[in-house]
Amino acid sequence: MTDSKYFTTTKKGEIFELKAELNSDKKEKKKEAVKKVIASMTVGKDVSALFPDVVNCMQTDNLELKKLVYLYLMNYAKSQPDMAIMAVNTFVKDCEDPNPLIRALAVRTMGCIRVDKITEYLCEPLRKCLKDEDPYVRKTAAVCVAKLHDINAQLVEDQGFLDTLKDLISDSNPMVVANAVAALSEIAESHPSSNLLDLNPQSINKLLTALNECTEWGQIFILDCLANYMPKDDREAQSICERVTPRLSHANSAVVLSAVKVLMKFMEMLSKDLDYYGTLLKKLAPPLVTLLSAEPELQYVALRNINLIVQKRWILKHEMKVFFVKYNDPIYVKLEKLDIMIRLASQANIAQVLAELKEYATEVDVDFVRKAVRAIGRCAIKVEQSAERCVSTLLDLIQTKVNYVVQEAIVVIKDIFRKYPNKYESVIATLCENLDSLDEPEARAAMIWIVGEYAERIDNADELLESFLEGFHDESTQVQLQLLTAIVKLFLKKPTETQELVQQVLSLATQDSDNPDLRDRGYIYWRLLSTDPVAAKEVVLAEKPLISEETDLIEPTLLDELICYIGTLASVYHKPPSAFVEGSRGVVHKSLPPRTGSSESAESPDTAPSGGPAADQPSVIPTQGDLLGDLLNLDLGPPVSGPPMATSAVQMGAVDLLGDSLMGGSGGSFTPAPSTTAPTNVGAPLGSGLGDLFDLTGGVGTLSGSYVAPKTVWLPAMKAKGLEISGTFSRQVGSISMDLVLTNKALQVMSDFAIQFNRNSFGLAPAAPLQVHAPLAPNQSVEITLPLNTVGSVMKMEPLNNLQVAVKNNIDVFYFSTLYPLHILFVEDGKMERQMFLATWKDIPNENETQFQIKDCSLNADAVSSKLQGSNIFTIAKRNVEGQDMLYQSLKLTNGIWVLAELRIQPSNPSFTLSLKCRAPEVSQYIYQAYETILKN
Amino acid sequence: MAASSLFILDLKGKPLISRTYKGDVGPGEIENFMGVLLQREEEGTLTPVLSHGHVHFLWIKHANLYLVATTKKNGNASLVFSFLYKVVEVFCEYFKELEEESVRDNFVIVYELLDELMDFGFPQTTDSKILQEYITQEGNRLERGGGRVPSTVTNAVSWRSEGIRYKKNEVFIDVVEAVNLLVSASGSVVLSEVLGTIRLKVFLSGMPELRLGLNDRVLFELTGRGKNKSVELEDVKFHQCVRLSRFDNDRTIAFIPPDGDFELMSYRLHTQVKPLILIESIIEKFSHSRLEILVKAKGQFKKQSVANAVEIAVPVPSDADSPKVKTTAGSARYVPERNVLLWSIKSLPGGKEHLMRAHFGLPSVEKEEEEGRPPIAVRFEIPYFTVSGIQVRYMKIIEKSGYQALPWVRYITQSGDYQIRTS
Repeated sequence: MTDSKYFTTTKKGEIFELKAELNSDKKEKKKEAVKKVIASMTVGKDVSALFPDVVNCMQTDNLELKKLVYLYLMNYAKSQPDMAIMAVNTFVKDCEDPNPLIRALAVRTMGCIRVDKITEYLCEPLRKCLKDEDPYVRKTAAVCVAKLHDINAQLVEDQGFLDTLKDLISDSNPMVVANAVAALSEIAESHPSSNLLDLNPQSINKLLTALNECTEWGQIFILDCLANYMPKDDREAQSICERVTPRLSHANSAVVLSAVKVLMKFMEMLSKDLDYYGTLLKKLAPPLVTLLSAEPELQYVALRNINLIVQKRWILKHEMKVFFVKYNDPIYVKLEKLDIMIRLASQANIAQVLAELKEYATEVDVDFVRKAVRAIGRCAIKVEQSAERCVSTLLDLIQTKVNYVVQEAIVVIKDIFRKYPNKYESVIATLCENLDSLDEPEARAAMIWIVGEYAERIDNADELLESFLEGFHDESTQVQLQLLTAIVKLFLKKPTETQELVQQVLSLATQDSDNPDLRDRGYIYWRLLSTDPVAAKEVVLAEKPLISEETDLIEPTLLDELICYIGTLASVYHKPPSAFVEGSRGVVHKSLPPRTGSSESAESPDTAPSGGPAADQPSVIPTQGDLLGDLLNLDLGPPVSGPPMATSAVQMGAVDLLGDSLMGGSGGSFTPAPSTTAPTNVGAPLGSGLGDLFDLTGGVGTLSGSYVAPKTVWLPAMKAKGLEISGTFSRQVGSISMDLVLTNKALQVMSDFAIQFNRNSFGLAPAAPLQVHAPLAPNQSVEITLPLNTVGSVMKMEPLNNLQVAVKNNIDVFYFSTLYPLHILFVEDGKMERQMFLATWKDIPNENETQFQIKDCSLNADAVSSKLQGSNIFTIAKRNVEGQDMLYQSLKLTNGIWVLAELRIQPSNPSFTLSLKCRAPEVSQYIYQAYETILKN
Repeated sequence: MAASSLFILDLKGKPLISRTYKGDVGPGEIENFMGVLLQREEEGTLTPVLSHGHVHFLWIKHANLYLVATTKKNGNASLVFSFLYKVVEVFCEYFKELEEESVRDNFVIVYELLDELMDFGFPQTTDSKILQEYITQEGNRLERGGGRVPSTVTNAVSWRSEGIRYKKNEVFIDVVEAVNLLVSASGSVVLSEVLGTIRLKVFLSGMPELRLGLNDRVLFELTGRGKNKSVELEDVKFHQCVRLSRFDNDRTIAFIPPDGDFELMSYRLHTQVKPLILIESIIEKFSHSRLEILVKAKGQFKKQSVANAVEIAVPVPSDADSPKVKTTAGSARYVPERNVLLWSIKSLPGGKEHLMRAHFGLPSVEKEEEEGRPPIAVRFEIPYFTVSGIQVRYMKIIEKSGYQALPWVRYITQSGDYQIRTS
């Protein structure tokens, strides 16, 4: 006889019938009736009306019946709080029952009855159960404290239960210890300030002993708790690691991952010169590989975590093969494996990886195939030696003519062109053949970019672009913007044949479009072309910065935080808990412990093969960094160059254009449209569209200021719950500012903005609070100029010009980091006396001199001089030696560091040689970058 | 920390049974699960962790059921998935099969188990042998005062009860090695690994203390026995009865075993072995007319050994018809529901080679959607043989009553994920 019969009573007056049966004298009938009630409850019927009758059955010596009544209570007590009091007596009695199973059942259930009135009656029974002789009851009571705390925290504290719970950590029974740890961790999590888990070496020792004896789940509770402990020094960290390492051999994947978390965290404190460090690193890899033999869901969690771990520590590099995709892997496992394959790709294994990727690219699962094709492109960008093979593989794939394969391939080839200019353009012809089959915006935009960029090599570039123009208004914004830029590029390269085309696109963009981005860009090009085509050429056809190799690396501070959350949802989402857990805004962010026992502050990979992810692995943010003052006398290693600021062709914002000589000479022979024909359809304020633009630029143009880079996206909306922040830095008449654009891409209104900087190398700090006057409505942007000063606290960063920023709004706190160009720190009084210059130059030792090449700069010495002066780099003397111009220059940083420069310019050679001398040679690298930026923009 | 509530849903997403462990996730939230799942499936972004608002669903599918844990916190995801699989294991031991019907038929005991398996989101006792001691199918009628918690529930040895008696004390040791192999269409080995497990069937009285001796290379090196005939085990994983710290110290595998059947340990080997059964295939597709298949299977192990129950599944397009097959050994049949041609050979001795030829018709009108290129999958068993050469050197059994017990050892090699890609 099965239980399913209980589900079948559906007659009229069922409740009435049940009532009668519940009050029956026959025990068996009573039990049957309760089962029917529970069955009804299970299928979602409301049987709360039977509350008093069911509670009456509570006093029974039948354990099964008792459990059913308890189950009923847990479900309905909340809806019948007054009647729930009826149950209290029985609970109190059951907590004294001679049978420990009943005592435990009672204490377990009463914690689940979330009725305030009852809780105070339960304190006495709970107190007894916490001291029960039977460990089964004690371990249940321990959890009950956490339950009660969740309902009424104050009561639990007043009753002193927390202290009793802490005492249970020293219980003789490991299960009790484990549950006490779990309960305390749970309480501590919701009350971060309570300092409940003030772990010390003694309690840690107890936990480590219990670790060997308790169940697999208990081991996880203990390991997760250990991960929150901060060892006092590297020796303690090592001894904990030694005792945790055996857990890596546990059959339960969750135990393994929690152990990995503890090890990854405490390793941070160990010196890398230590033999033990290497041993530990080696021990981490095999268990991670074995996790891939677990059930697919566990594999998925493991893969998401491995993705983090390999960004932090350079392990698993020889285990590439285990990440190869199997035919019957679920798609979510396949995609994660692909990601890790790219992370581990290096020159040594690239052949194998490419062969696999090619195999995947011919599968049938569209999402997987797309990702595989992208992966080939990423390999090309990451491992230079493989670029050629990647390109030929992509061409093979294009030949398959499978529509989505072709589109993905074109998107990645565009990136390959960006990374290796002037190398693979011979394939353009093949790409052009597939123009008609492209129907996805990203692919169309990529193709248009290619046509525009290489217009001079494509005979029928005008025809190709014209073909897109027909359906201009049906295209997505991405495609429209690209098309506009591409046609302008084409015009600048082949002005004679394409005048009509460019006029057409400009009028489409400015007059017929509702999109402000498109209109603005249209106007800017228009004005630029009509006033100074030479400047236009310099701007539009400027050399693009190289794209970085790993675009999807997790930001180092976030990575460190996520490492502290290995195994949890945060590690699966790759988001900090504050991003997805309600009410966790005030919670302290976890971070890795500072490294002790060695002077290095940054984790660089053990071996750094060229092209491997190691080469540009982001460094750990030093938490105990040296002050900048130390720069002057400490002999630090050579500075590591940071990744270039990401600027892309698409984000060619207005700022640089306006900053340039937009109002300058009017030598342009090209005047497509006088302002009188400007659009009038948009209403009054825009009626004088171009005129407004004039006014605006007039204002900006007259200000003297150093070069301002275009704004780039610092915080993508995806990472910040819809808040997008882009910005740049500027220096104008002696004041530094951070120019921000906040865009609300979420659906709710944002308000209460605030900003804060982490300590940084030059003490940059906001000079005023972030002023956003009105709440930011969805889809709205606001431009803000945040004045900065350099009187904030100083800590040396890696790279030197790294700035970590926290922005708060009513939704959450977001973190990002950005690199500021050093020239914003060049002060106005940076001109040194001639004599002084000579003396200082001699005085600074030769080993402090660094030489750089500035390539492809066609300016002459005077132009260079004046351009640099705009950014407070002052030319002190100019000499002509054997036909080459030598410029002697000086600049001073906000913190008083002087930098002396010698710039050699040969008339026939577009490459300049820059020699820098400075007492703090660490900055030279960044000064050079500033030179580059200023001279090339 | 872990789960706020646990749901067992049918395929349509309707809750069959649920248990709320914490109050933070409302009971109605589960109604969003199916919608999110279907939407993500549609988008091709289905993952084992889904979310709706602030509620996160961690789910697995078993037979015709979804098991879903919910949480609003940053829960330990790996713990939750491990736990869900453990729940499946426990239910399977209780009801033989876990599916919709068995959940309905046993809802009372399911509730009881859910109450015992987890408390306030923390997994508790999940060992089904121990649970069966105090949660029974017949409805436990405990007399007042007479009840007792099995001490095993909270003992340090939480996996074995006291007072077990057998007339004949025996241990059966099965050393099973599964070979995972992935061969590319061109015939080169892409991936080969061996996953070994040692399973025990324990029929021993009392609280025996066992020690297992293997020809473990690290142990041999530790004890100065040299590398001869030893094997290098990569990443050994143990059942929780094994004292991990002891193994970490001196490689001793010491434990008090659970009663009956359990997996003592598993290990992994990455040694490149040549494919035990070499498969070469020529699959020629003449669109709109026919498909020709030629498969050669060769046993590449020593002559004394024999591979049993060899099954070679060759993929064929779903629209293939009228199969004609010839084999030099065994039999082949077309299994249209799996879209494979299944060639079975009862026994394939080492060094022997067999052929299969098949011919299929293909319709003149080609169907629209493209099909994947599934690999050829092979299954087999080779008894009395291990790829790694692992050996059980001894099994010491010590119990305070001092009885004599006999260990029996059996070796077997099986196919794991054994696949050959087709072009």
